[in-house]
Amino acid sequence: MPRIENFEELERARKEILEKRVSEKVTITICNGTGCQAYGCKKLTDSFLTKINQNGLRDKVDVRKTGCHGFCERGPIVVIQPYGIFYQRVKTEDIDEILKETIENKRVVERLLYENPITKEKIEKEKEVPFYKRQLRIVFGKNGLIDPTNIEDYIAIGGYEALAKVLREMKEEEVIEEIKNAGLRGRGGAGFPTGLKWEIARKSVQSHPLKIGYIVCNCDEGDPGAYMDRSLLEGNPHLVIEGMAIGAYAIGVKEGYIYVRNEYPLAVKNATIAIEQAKEWGLLGKNIMGSGFEFDIKIVRGAGAFVSGEETALIASIEGRRASPRPRPPYPAQQGLWEKPTNINNVETWANVPIIISNSSEWYRSIGTETSKGTKIFSLVGKINNTGLVEVPMGITLREIIFDIGGGIPGGKEFKAVQTGGPSGGCIPKEFLDLPIDFEKLTSVGSMMGSGGMIVMDEDTCMVDVAKYFLNFTQEESCGKCVPCRVGTRQMKEILTKITEGKGTMKDLETLETLAYTVKNASLCGLGQTAPNPVLTTLKYFRHEYEAHILEKRCPALVCKELINYYIDPDKCVGCLLCLKNCPSNAILGGNKMIHVIVQEKCIKCGACLEVCPKKVSAVIKLSGEKREGPKEPIPVQEWRKMRGKESEK
Amino acid sequence: MGLDYSQIVNGIIEKYNGRKEAIIPILQDVQSELRWLPPEAISLISKRLKISESNIYSIATFYKSFYLKPRGEHVVTVCMGTACHVRGAPKILEEFERKLNIKEGETTKDHKVTLECVNCVGACALGPIVIVNEEYHGQMTKVKVENILENILKKG
Repeated sequence: MPRIENFEELERARKEILEKRVSEKVTITICNGTGCQAYGCKKLTDSFLTKINQNGLRDKVDVRKTGCHGFCERGPIVVIQPYGIFYQRVKTEDIDEILKETIENKRVVERLLYENPITKEKIEKEKEVPFYKRQLRIVFGKNGLIDPTNIEDYIAIGGYEALAKVLREMKEEEVIEEIKNAGLRGRGGAGFPTGLKWEIARKSVQSHPLKIGYIVCNCDEGDPGAYMDRSLLEGNPHLVIEGMAIGAYAIGVKEGYIYVRNEYPLAVKNATIAIEQAKEWGLLGKNIMGSGFEFDIKIVRGAGAFVSGEETALIASIEGRRASPRPRPPYPAQQGLWEKPTNINNVETWANVPIIISNSSEWYRSIGTETSKGTKIFSLVGKINNTGLVEVPMGITLREIIFDIGGGIPGGKEFKAVQTGGPSGGCIPKEFLDLPIDFEKLTSVGSMMGSGGMIVMDEDTCMVDVAKYFLNFTQEESCGKCVPCRVGTRQMKEILTKITEGKGTMKDLETLETLAYTVKNASLCGLGQTAPNPVLTTLKYFRHEYEAHILEKRCPALVCKELINYYIDPDKCVGCLLCLKNCPSNAILGGNKMIHVIVQEKCIKCGACLEVCPKKVSAVIKLSGEKREGPKEPIPVQEWRKMRGKESEK
Repeated sequence: MGLDYSQIVNGIIEKYNGRKEAIIPILQDVQSELRWLPPEAISLISKRLKISESNIYSIATFYKSFYLKPRGEHVVTVCMGTACHVRGAPKILEEFERKLNIKEGETTKDHKVTLECVNCVGACALGPIVIVNEEYHGQMTKVKVENILENILKKG
């Protein structure tokens, strides 16, 4: 293990690693992100290793477990380097063929390639796949090239050079100036200019009697549907660590913390390994690369509270208290962790720092819009064909993300809305699909950037139900400290529940709106101040859905349980007994070759009948606000068909 | 009565040099050993760290990841993230609740299965997703719910 004592040694170490690697060897990279792990990539990786050994291919092939490639929909993902051949949905059964065809005979296994759903053309190279083609992966792209648990991989692609550059040739103020000039804004949601934040923190540390302060990396990624921070910390931890070290140097602090959400065990593991390795290599700790600069990082695990992501709550949590926010000022930059000046940035923000330093702020500024520079990673999830993480330049339109990169809505359904910004954001309707995305534009339509969750909703999504979902979330996660948030979110949730049960009145809508503004204006922290956004945006863009629930007692998307009924279409039912056997509440009457009938009074609306009814029959239907007439009692299928035949003759 | 947890608890407290502010990681480590936080263990921590029991309970009840009741042999976690929600997670939860005859957050009487929810596990491509004893099951349907339960109950 070489300890890097000076800047030249880093360069030498990199050359040595690269020389060691220049060989005829082919590398099979296997995505080992949490998404692919859920598909069983661990077993796949082990089987690859075993088969390679069995076939005596060890001298010819390397296997590398990499971070998340982003295209989670198609996992487990395997890329054969240096050719860049992209195999998707690879199973252990495919290994023999890959080894024989691709490794030995240098032929592509066609059936494992991605097929363009429109042109039906098979695509061989990763970067040619439409999902990747429209992206600009300056931050996230390295994930697929490196093993996050091996620092050599990171150094081989130029890792820690930005830190070396900063320590060797830049004054602290110059680093801050560079970040300011780049126009980097906080990726955690609010979009505060990072350089300015650092400058305030630096001044605060300088004027502190002991000149002590801290930096924190916020990986308490609580927004449901957002997982880019996890994938970065998990897939490329050294990039985050390097960014933090640069920030620590600029701000003038020696200690940093990474606060990781409890639900992310792999991120904790990989970041812990990375910190250990960086210390062994002399890239963290005392006298980094012989510069005299000292910096160390500790990891703190969250314990499962959404509000911990708020800066003052996060500080309380690290200090071993309940994560309750406190009023600001004083801001954390003045009085943060252990009452010392503290600078908190989100994972993605830190990850952008080395990239800006390496490529210059001028280059970074050239990407994005007037007010929002650089790229943003979004997690594109929900009713979308290509679920995954996408990194795009600021200013791209929603349409490009959802339809060009995301491949549109599955099953030929119609797009209804996209929800951005998590529980603090809003639902954006199709009128704004051509909106160029940046911090200001998203706010102007009532939503926000947030941490980058993008949940696509189609015609089968009920917007009142979505609003209820988010209010249920914020109400549960409210820390309970301030009244508007604690009581207001609960009341709002109750009104929404009433509406989804068909018991709402038009007066309720008024009350809901008034409450929403009260909670927004009077809450203590960001959680409460933004909690009403999902309600306000759905009221603004989808008021007709609320009115359908209230006035017509109807859920147009057929979601709200109290307002729907299941029926069996007698013209289609073949009397196969499947639904009857699967009904948990014995609400279906029928017999072999008899038309089945659902007894509405007994039905618990679980939808089991709809799920089990064979596709080619599709006799079970879901209706809201209308009734379907048919036989009240089961009668033989034959008899019903005859009756219907006579009717149509008439 | 009460079991003697002192060895485990003391060992963990030592690891953190008995620092009061390490209360959250201490509780996390104790829980990962014991699978829950028994009152006896909390009482021990309280005495060692000189933090009142009420204070420890205020922390343990605030954060979702602490369990003050013993958990079942098998833990079924249903993801309730937004992506899973729009793909039908509530119905999957209902199915588990009905089949196990318990509500979210409860454990079956025979201590076999605990049913829990989580806000998002970040494996949204597989939604709706259920995690059974750390194993991921994606694109859940009611039929798959039945298979999962059959499997774990068979194992006993």
